[in-house]
Amino acid sequence: MAALPAALVVGLVWLPALTTVGLSFTNWDGFGSLGDARWVGLKNYVEVVTNYPPFAPALGHNLVWLATFFAAPTVLGVLLAVLLDRELRGGRLYQSAFFLPVVLSLALTGFIWQLIYSRDQGLLNAALGLHGARAVDWYGDPSVNLWAVLVAGGWRHAGYIMLLYLAGLKGVDPSLREAAALDGASAAQAFWHVVFPAMRPTNVVVVVVTVVESLRAFDLVWVINHGRNGLELIGALVFSNVVGEGQRIPFGAALATIMLVISLVFVVLYLPAILKEEGNT
Amino acid sequence: MSGGAPPGAASDRAPKAAGAAGAAGTAEAFGAAAARRGRRPPFALHAVLASLALAWAFPVAWAVYNSLRDYAYTSTHGYLSFGGFTLANYQNAWRQGGFAQGFANSLLITVPAVALALLLASSVAFVVARFSRRSNVALLGLFTAANLLPQQALLVPLYRLYNELEVPFWLSESGKLYNSYWAVIVTHVAFQTGFCAFVLSNYMKSLPAELTEAALVDGAGVVRQFWQIILPLCRPPLAALATLEFTWVYNDFFWAVAFMSQGDKYPVTSSLQNLRGPFFTDYNLLSAGSVIAALPTLIVFFVLQRQFVAGLTLGAAKG
Repeated sequence: MAALPAALVVGLVWLPALTTVGLSFTNWDGFGSLGDARWVGLKNYVEVVTNYPPFAPALGHNLVWLATFFAAPTVLGVLLAVLLDRELRGGRLYQSAFFLPVVLSLALTGFIWQLIYSRDQGLLNAALGLHGARAVDWYGDPSVNLWAVLVAGGWRHAGYIMLLYLAGLKGVDPSLREAAALDGASAAQAFWHVVFPAMRPTNVVVVVVTVVESLRAFDLVWVINHGRNGLELIGALVFSNVVGEGQRIPFGAALATIMLVISLVFVVLYLPAILKEEGNT
Repeated sequence: MSGGAPPGAASDRAPKAAGAAGAAGTAEAFGAAAARRGRRPPFALHAVLASLALAWAFPVAWAVYNSLRDYAYTSTHGYLSFGGFTLANYQNAWRQGGFAQGFANSLLITVPAVALALLLASSVAFVVARFSRRSNVALLGLFTAANLLPQQALLVPLYRLYNELEVPFWLSESGKLYNSYWAVIVTHVAFQTGFCAFVLSNYMKSLPAELTEAALVDGAGVVRQFWQIILPLCRPPLAALATLEFTWVYNDFFWAVAFMSQGDKYPVTSSLQNLRGPFFTDYNLLSAGSVIAALPTLIVFFVLQRQFVAGLTLGAAKG
């Protein structure tokens, strides 16, 4: 039953990924046959690190993205799920409001926040009374635009985490909480000592989703300015080297391989959690 | 979990929830919880939640508001004004964006992709959850890890592969997988199956093993156990995943633009690109286009949300 899906995933995800890794060590031009490709060793990587100015800021921005997503929208999403898990009056309404941004694409999110962030026509500058020379170009100014984008991205991420966590909470056996309540545990104690450990699979999903979304983040900055001028992200750099104007396939492949390696670090960090889970059943 | 639900709300809902789940134990649980929590209505909690919810809905509301306004009016009076209402933006956006074609393309890509991904993912999850062998850990790892890879890492090899692959003409008029809906569909399926399998297998593992054991005693084969016992019980995660996957596949335009060369096959998201000029963007027109593009996902979410919440009640009562 798992053979067809396995073939699909191996053929269309794993083999292409390995091919990309292989290409990153060559000088393939992307058009001719693969046989023309010459092995150039680490040349592309040396160039990425020493001779590609956007790389260092991109790496930094990806890390800021990850840290911010964990500190704010992920925590907020979990908190909202815990609050909304109970039968609150109007809970469904709150839930819908928080989930609303998640159904929008990141491209749409970029467009929608542009109405707020635009320098001349945006709501934010008008509301803050910043006109003329004092007006801030929230998407364009490199000193603020990463944070502006993180607000827009976090707006979407919080609802996503809330939904994932809410679904997990509904799956927790209610008798666990009853037992904790009978033992005199406060609601907060019951959550930390009983519900949260029982939520281990969901907790893993939440961590992984946040890491992956932060690392792959690209659509939002791509629709704003193609990931330049303060919004460099590794994902956008790969895209501009692979499909953009100055197409440099092996160079883009090297950047993609760096993304792959970072992903795999997190895969290795969290796989033991799954394996342990698996061992228990 | 400080504070608590208003006593009225909890006790009103308890019988309904219990009825839906068909479990008497749930009613007692809700009753006990209501008695314990319901000392004081949590005004502060509601105030915080309500203001957060308003803040969350605001950017979308702002886009809807401005999509209904005339560009000439907002450019003279500023966006912080009231008036200039018109529906012309929607008419213009629909025409200029080519939304009719875009919607048809999105439908042809999204529906098969989500259905196939969920079907394949449930069978993988069933194998992983049902037969707990060491190799299944590796299988789950293979699928889950695949979903964590950056899409960009697959772009070049897949592009070449789809240009080389010969397929029957009823699948693609060019005879190549490239520039057909199926190129986009299979890529989505391959990529999304991992995440779905991960979520579904976690859920299936939480189902009591006695269910399938009883079926086995009754002589039901593996396939029947899958279709008639496990899948119906997986409605909550399937509904949640269908909502998420529909949204992801519908919203994606990365793969569509990468694997199809004809603009008339592009999905809705790229229709929005048609509304952006190189030097000047009419924000009101773009707002209207954004609302049009967002409508299907909004509708699906609100329709499925009902099924989703009903499913969640079932999930909560299963213990």
